[in-house]
Amino acid sequence: MANTTTEAAGAVTEVAGHAAEAGGHAAQSAGMPQLNWETFPNQIFWLVVALVLIYLILSKVALPRIGGILADRQGAITNDIAAAEELKAKAVEAEKAYNQALIDAREEANKIVAEARAEIQKDLDKATAKADAEIAAKTAESAKRIEEIRAGAAKNVEEVARDAAAAIVDTMGVKADAKTVAGAVTARLKG
Amino acid sequence: MATEGQSEGLVFHPMDQFKIQPLFGDGPIHWYTPTNATLWMGIAILCIIGLFVIGTRGRATIPSRIQSIAELGYGFVHKMVEDVTGKEGLKFFPYVFTLFCFIVFSNFLGLIPGALTTTSHIAVTGILAMAVFLTVTIFGFIKNGAHFLELFWVKSAPLPLRPVLALIEVISYFVRPVSHSIRLAGNMMAGHAVIKVFAAFAPLILMSGIGIAVTPLSILAIVAMYALEILVAFIQAYVFTILTCVYLKDALHPSH
Amino acid sequence: MEIAAAAALGKFIGAGLACIGMGGSAMGVGNVAGNFLAGALRNPSAAAGQTATLFIGIAFAEALGIFSFLVALLLMFAV
Repeated sequence: MANTTTEAAGAVTEVAGHAAEAGGHAAQSAGMPQLNWETFPNQIFWLVVALVLIYLILSKVALPRIGGILADRQGAITNDIAAAEELKAKAVEAEKAYNQALIDAREEANKIVAEARAEIQKDLDKATAKADAEIAAKTAESAKRIEEIRAGAAKNVEEVARDAAAAIVDTMGVKADAKTVAGAVTARLKG
Repeated sequence: MATEGQSEGLVFHPMDQFKIQPLFGDGPIHWYTPTNATLWMGIAILCIIGLFVIGTRGRATIPSRIQSIAELGYGFVHKMVEDVTGKEGLKFFPYVFTLFCFIVFSNFLGLIPGALTTTSHIAVTGILAMAVFLTVTIFGFIKNGAHFLELFWVKSAPLPLRPVLALIEVISYFVRPVSHSIRLAGNMMAGHAVIKVFAAFAPLILMSGIGIAVTPLSILAIVAMYALEILVAFIQAYVFTILTCVYLKDALHPSH
Repeated sequence: MEIAAAAALGKFIGAGLACIGMGGSAMGVGNVAGNFLAGALRNPSAAAGQTATLFIGIAFAEALGIFSFLVALLLMFAV
């Protein structure tokens, strides 16, 4: 096989050589190295060796390792994200609890305020009632006393009027019956 | 050759950088001879070990720089496989990742001046593409049986058109490995050859007056092409991988 | 010798002609990218999921340019 390819290549080289001669300067190794069949088995053999080596290196060592690294990283990222998610949930929870506590405290405060207000109101009402009662008692007493005073005053006026009338009648020289004078005065006062 | 019409001294050997040579001595190249292709594939393997095995030995949850690059590559290809082929396709992930790593490291190592770009050789990309093609075909038949042939029978098309479409589909199915391999090899080869052609213009300043204008331009062009090549090196690895995924999807879900 | 010279001439002309194909591929790639951009600006939310399709489209369009480049290279070096 090597012989025939060598011959063929030789022929090619010869032809090319003629052409190159005709062209003047001769590239001694005319022809494309790519088409030099002699080197094909060599290249193919070493290529196959190289490819097999690369395939074994990559598929046995490198690719599983890189895949593992990437998977690890993906896992780490997923875990971190999950942890962050959890922490965030916790924070939300804490905020909710805080808000709840705030609401509770406010309600408590409101309740206390309301209670205090109610108590004060009760005291106030009691005090007011007491004061009212006292005032009413005092008012009643005062009214009684005023009535008494008024009654006293009216009697005095009647006595004074009777005395004055008896004196006037006396002065006029008329002997007046005390009973008559008193009746007349009482009648006038009533009128 | 292309030197005609140029100064006598300019030499254009844009394809010499792709030559396969034995590492030791000058003998014939047998299939087992260690060559510069062996060397650069070995360096690619060492880089892969360095990045994906040594770089990740810390297994740190908070990655070091190298480890995060390794994880980035893993995630990039993993997502690509999952997006295109679905969950079932993930069993091909190590295979697809092997292809991606080999291609991306070979492409980038090939950008080192003096390096051999192993992926610029049809022999290499052809094997890669044929491996994908055979995987897809064999797995497709194992998983779906004869239903795999429904891939070529476009049910959404009107009936009279279907045989024509089937012919086109069959042809395009068998052209896949060709375009799949030549796209990668051609891209890598083209950029490097163009850089080499520009580089050949660079010493013109030593030979003739016109070089004062040409040499800076050629150096500028080399820089620009190099930047483009860095982009292409990654995009071609990406494209090769995603096309692999697309073909695998056909094997997993053949009906349109 | 005459024939060899003519053959060399034809080789170089053919290689140059093959490079025209790259222009077509450039137009194709530009078309794909431009239309993707137009669509992406119209509906930016859907753009992110379609970048893979964009690259596949670009790859298919570009592959044909690479084929023409390959033909040029074959003409130059291998024929």
